Amino acid sequence: MSTEHKITTQKVNFKVFRFNADEDYLPYYENYDMEVTSEEVVLDILNRIKWDHDGSFSYRRSCRHGICGACAIKVNGRSTLACKESMNDMVALFGKELVIEPLSIKRAVKDMVIDKADFWEKHDAITPYLVAEIDENPTTENLVSPKDAQKLDEADLCIQCGACHYACPVVEINEDFFGPAAFAAAYRFEADVRDNSESRLKDVNEERQGVWDCVKCFECAQVCPKDIDPIGKITKLHQMAFQEGVANNNVAVRHAVGFKKSIVKNGVLDEGGLVLYSEGPAIVKHLPVAFKMFTKGKIVPPWGITKSENLDEIQKLVKSSSTAKF
Amino acid sequence: MKKLKYALFTGCTAKQSTPEQMMSTMAVADKLGIELVELTEASCCGASHLQDYDDFLSLVLNARNIAYAEKHELTMVTICNTCQLNTAMTKQRLDNNEELKAKVNEKLAEVGLEYKGTSAVTHFLYAIIDDFGLDRLKEMVVTPLSQFNIAPFYGCHNIRPSELQNETHKTAENPYNPTSLDDLIIACGGESVDYDEKNKCCGFHVELQAPHTAAVLTGNAIAGAMDGNADWMVTPCPLCHLKLDTQTAHASEAIGREVELPVLHMQQMLGLALGCTPAELGLNHHLAKVDFI
Repeated sequence: MSTEHKITTQKVNFKVFRFNADEDYLPYYENYDMEVTSEEVVLDILNRIKWDHDGSFSYRRSCRHGICGACAIKVNGRSTLACKESMNDMVALFGKELVIEPLSIKRAVKDMVIDKADFWEKHDAITPYLVAEIDENPTTENLVSPKDAQKLDEADLCIQCGACHYACPVVEINEDFFGPAAFAAAYRFEADVRDNSESRLKDVNEERQGVWDCVKCFECAQVCPKDIDPIGKITKLHQMAFQEGVANNNVAVRHAVGFKKSIVKNGVLDEGGLVLYSEGPAIVKHLPVAFKMFTKGKIVPPWGITKSENLDEIQKLVKSSSTAKF
Repeated sequence: MKKLKYALFTGCTAKQSTPEQMMSTMAVADKLGIELVELTEASCCGASHLQDYDDFLSLVLNARNIAYAEKHELTMVTICNTCQLNTAMTKQRLDNNEELKAKVNEKLAEVGLEYKGTSAVTHFLYAIIDDFGLDRLKEMVVTPLSQFNIAPFYGCHNIRPSELQNETHKTAENPYNPTSLDDLIIACGGESVDYDEKNKCCGFHVELQAPHTAAVLTGNAIAGAMDGNADWMVTPCPLCHLKLDTQTAHASEAIGREVELPVLHMQQMLGLALGCTPAELGLNHHLAKVDFI
């Protein structure tokens, strides 16, 4: 019989965030050196800290199967589900000194336990349920075809662990921003053929709170333990806004549309023209920086732009391949 | 060793708001003996915005750009993280979806082109690391940057999503602890600065619609590098460069602290180490003072 699968052990230093909002003025970090086996996941380490070292250590856990979403924490700044993440992988990524922190330090209540109120408020705000007239006494089944179910693009697999929400840099800066998890949830219902909500897509298209404030950093796609690709859903919500005719005529929307206008004209982008089309008269606020850039040879006037060669090809393709209107 | 040759997709910024990036790319390629064939037929990649409006159009245009690299039978090299992301993502989608590829090719056929999937797409940073080699680079350094603490700023679209990135370059990059740019700094003789913001977002893509968010992110990045005792910053992305170099006034105001550092394009740093002159590298085109030379 093959005995290839060997359990190995290695010594790892854990620097663990500790804080009790009822007692501590400031958080601190406790060091634990442990022999870690290749079979263990991060949650095993949390358990051992509590069971072997300090019974007051607090964290959320429940299913231990990556489905309840309770145990999301950060390891070396990377949001992760403690029950799903193998210690071997963590050591391979970050070495033998690991920093264990809650998903959001400023929301810490006790050790790994955070106040997720903002996450749930955002979730509630995007109408996270089907809006449909349901016949109380249906005579036939209300079926969704496999093809229609595929449109959800696995957005329904979200376990609301908050990993993406607290990895999103915009959530940290703009408290009105819904965040990637709420957007993925919004997409899940917008893509559902049974849904008739008239407000959800408009809500997620509003400035400050909506999809247009996404910085496109891909942090959410990187951290999602269920591979939901929240930014992919954000992109689809953008596209739906044009398809459903709810895209507002604002700077963000014109900025996306402006690329096509520039490409038709030059093949390449006319940077100044794009800003002018996007901002309209509000372009004046950019003039001080634009002037400085001009003095450093960083502004090319429209007549100085080197257009793409074979521009006629590009123009023909734009004509034949365009699928959206604004 | 065989001479390296690539099809260069310059992107739009290198021809407009960051002319120094174009100059330094050509100067460095010349020093390293890398031949770059410029894809003058290429269009804008859509800069991660066009696909929000029209996904199919974005795919067709990016496929057309790659098709020109394929015509030359060359790997396409990009010098902008966002060009890299859009182009590589197009390639990934088309190479894994025959139906979509056929639909795109139906359009390209109208102008006598075809996307085959035969050309790889890589960023100049990874062309140097994967193909040229850091050991070879080290041997060519004539002016080691040994007196400088240099803060690498990676730019999101070269390191995330790692599933895509690790398909496009041979050197696997950990998006939480990237090393390629640090390695390049070290190869140039400099000291690389470790700081929390090196793999974070600069805010460029919401500059117009969410200026406060954009300014805070830029401010945090420069502040992190300053607190790490950096003499200057370096980035492989011209969009990050625009934010870090031209938006310091807004950034300072947004975070309530004066922030400014010289910010160099990766190619400018390489050029300095390889003995190019500041004029060849366009160091006079920066807004933030480049006062260390």
